[in-house]
Amino acid sequence: MLQLFKFKGGVKPATNKVQSVTLPIATAPLPSRLAVPLHQSIGGTPRPIVEVGDKVLKGQKIGEADGWISAAVHAPTSGTVIEVGLYPAAHPSGLTAATVVIEPDGEDRWIDRQPVDYASLEPEAVRELLREAGVVGLGGAVFPTHGKLTASKTVPMEEMVINGAECEPYITCDDLLMRERAEEVVRGAGVFRDLLRPKKVLIGIEDNKPEAAAAMTAAIKALGEAFKEFEVVVVPTRYPAGGAKQLIRVLTGKEVPASKRSTDLGVQCFNVATAYTAWRALAHGEPVISRLVTITGNVGEPRNWEVLIGTPMDELLRIGQPKPDTDGIIMGGPMMGFLVPDTKAPVVKATNCLIAHSPTLFPPKPPEMPCIRCGECARACPHELQPFEMYWFSRAKNFGKTQEYAIFDCIECGCCSFVCPSRIPLVQYFRFAKSEIWARERESQAAEGAKNRFEFKQLREEREKAEKAEKLAKAAAAQAAKKAAEALAAANAPETTVAEPAPDAPSAADAAKRATIEAAMERAKAQRAAAQPKNVDHLPPAVEQEIAEIDARQNQAVMANAAPDGEKNS
Amino acid sequence: MISALAIMALGAIILGAALGFASIKFKVHGNPLVEKIEGLLPQTQCGQCGFPGCHPYAEAIAKGEADINLCPPGGEEGVRKLADLLGREVKALNAEEKPKQVAVIDENTCIGCTLCIQACPVDAIVGAAKQLHIIIAQQCTGCELCLPPCPVECIAMVTIPETVDNWKWKYPVTEIRKAA
Ligand code: SF4
Ligand code: SF4
Ligand code: SF4
Ligand code: SF4
Repeated sequence: MLQLFKFKGGVKPATNKVQSVTLPIATAPLPSRLAVPLHQSIGGTPRPIVEVGDKVLKGQKIGEADGWISAAVHAPTSGTVIEVGLYPAAHPSGLTAATVVIEPDGEDRWIDRQPVDYASLEPEAVRELLREAGVVGLGGAVFPTHGKLTASKTVPMEEMVINGAECEPYITCDDLLMRERAEEVVRGAGVFRDLLRPKKVLIGIEDNKPEAAAAMTAAIKALGEAFKEFEVVVVPTRYPAGGAKQLIRVLTGKEVPASKRSTDLGVQCFNVATAYTAWRALAHGEPVISRLVTITGNVGEPRNWEVLIGTPMDELLRIGQPKPDTDGIIMGGPMMGFLVPDTKAPVVKATNCLIAHSPTLFPPKPPEMPCIRCGECARACPHELQPFEMYWFSRAKNFGKTQEYAIFDCIECGCCSFVCPSRIPLVQYFRFAKSEIWARERESQAAEGAKNRFEFKQLREEREKAEKAEKLAKAAAAQAAKKAAEALAAANAPETTVAEPAPDAPSAADAAKRATIEAAMERAKAQRAAAQPKNVDHLPPAVEQEIAEIDARQNQAVMANAAPDGEKNS
Repeated sequence: MISALAIMALGAIILGAALGFASIKFKVHGNPLVEKIEGLLPQTQCGQCGFPGCHPYAEAIAKGEADINLCPPGGEEGVRKLADLLGREVKALNAEEKPKQVAVIDENTCIGCTLCIQACPVDAIVGAAKQLHIIIAQQCTGCELCLPPCPVECIAMVTIPETVDNWKWKYPVTEIRKAA
């Protein structure tokens, strides 16, 4: 039996999971329309490759991955693209995001699916396939999975952790997935194992899910010798045991700091649902177009559903029969989720749970009180941070200090807010501080770039000026030399007619320049002629003479100006 | 007595030489204060402070020739940071703060005269003579210097919209109940 480690802190909120595990997984009905956001993973925003009016098939790619850390998106059913544009996003801001809206035709016709035998492919090709199939971390972080499937070159892979802990209250989609589709989860984990080659594969499941643990153990046994390094490990139920870092800590004793990748410590962690989708993508040729979503909370029939990505949340919640006093939808769990600002927003790859919100189920928090520095939050923090210090400095907008207290190690698990006797929304302060720090970071990077470009431009202008001055000086010297030579020639041979100036290279250019100047002057003259005052016919001779004099002066001035300005006009 | 004097003199000469060497070897190039000040300026390079760029303004501040509240892109926060660094009083900004903007060229009107390229202090505009010009939004500092030279007035400033990517969590507004 594996020796388990412990992580510090953590809390034990009411799990509220039993409601939604009584019924098996069901397939949600086809919604009236599907709004598939293009940006559903960390990394580059995929580019849309369909246009309004296009007919698409189920599983057809509609967004091309942009860059290596990015993942393609696909049409969840067959139908017609009716909009490519901004649509409410499943995001706490309530802003809109680039989305492809599809009207289903009801036929649900698949593309030509091409299963592959991944074992016969190069690892690089397998990663590429996963990227093309849009496989991303379905535990909530939505990091493109192929980006995590390269082992560190220097550190040997020791353990691979498969995360089936699912510690957030209310959520049961991973539980049901392991109960009903254990074999495919294990096979998917087998793909990851073959790419990373760890010594051990540890599947961590909290001890409140004995059915899931049993199903997984049975699946591993049924698959036989090839999966002999797989082991199901039951871990104690304590929030947030399902946090990737906590689970790694519990199973391997390793602590991954915010500044390091877990592969640098010889360990990597995947969610069970991610393993499942990876297997579907390779062995069945099905890209990620649906996922399991727990619909629970203030509803008549809490249950897990297989839901197409892009299904509007309000429409989806209706199949759970929400009670009349439902006044909102929480996406994710009660600890880390958020109240969706616009319930038209679609289900995305990160949506593992929708909780119908009601004032009785989630009574409004009484007002915040001053921090009494009791230290409860620090005891509850699974990362051994000091939330009250980070709170104090976030509140004072002293962001440098919050970083000294390692605010970026905070995983926003909400344990500190949960235990705080003064009911301070600590996590909100940390999110605020983090996003301010990121914004500043972006700004200072932009400023640095601007400064460098500004300095470069100045340098360039200076250099150009110097070059020009040099050219002018050279030309002047040449001119002077020529004059001197001419004078000399004139003095030496007074009888001969003055020789034509030798048409050497620079003077040929000069001639061309002069021709353009002359042409310009001609044009100017013509313009002036056109602009001659009309009523000059019957003027007294004195005035006429004045005009003539002015004209002569102007002509002279033009001549005088044009010659040295030749450089400017060219 | 003589030997004591000689020892002291020798000591003085050696130490003096060491100090002289150190002052050459460890000479600080540039004015560190100017660099620190410049680090706080937003590098918009707009010249609204009355100096031709952020660096000259930083120099003027360091010399005590310019006030610290002249940079509108830096905003009140910039003034506060400068005051912190220099130990001076915080002053009100002598202009109004604007949200950050970027310049955009109307592609139907641009005649490709290249004048805006010459005006842009940070090389954020690309184009060639008689070709449509484009402003690289990520590199535009919003200095507005390209607006006046454009002969057909086809450059406009637009406020950068809030998107899911640059959205920030708001400061939690919660009433604090008075502790009894
Ligand atoms: S738990 Fe709340 S009151 Fe106690 S120290 Fe932390 S923030 Fe302060
Ligand atoms: S939210 Fe952050 S600070 Fe609070 S307990 Fe979790 S990790 Fe610690
Ligand atoms: S006003 Fe500010 S941003 Fe503009 S040049 Fe002066 S210091 Fe730089
Ligand atoms: S100054 Fe105006 S017209 Fe000329 S290139 Fe720039 S945008 Fe086009």
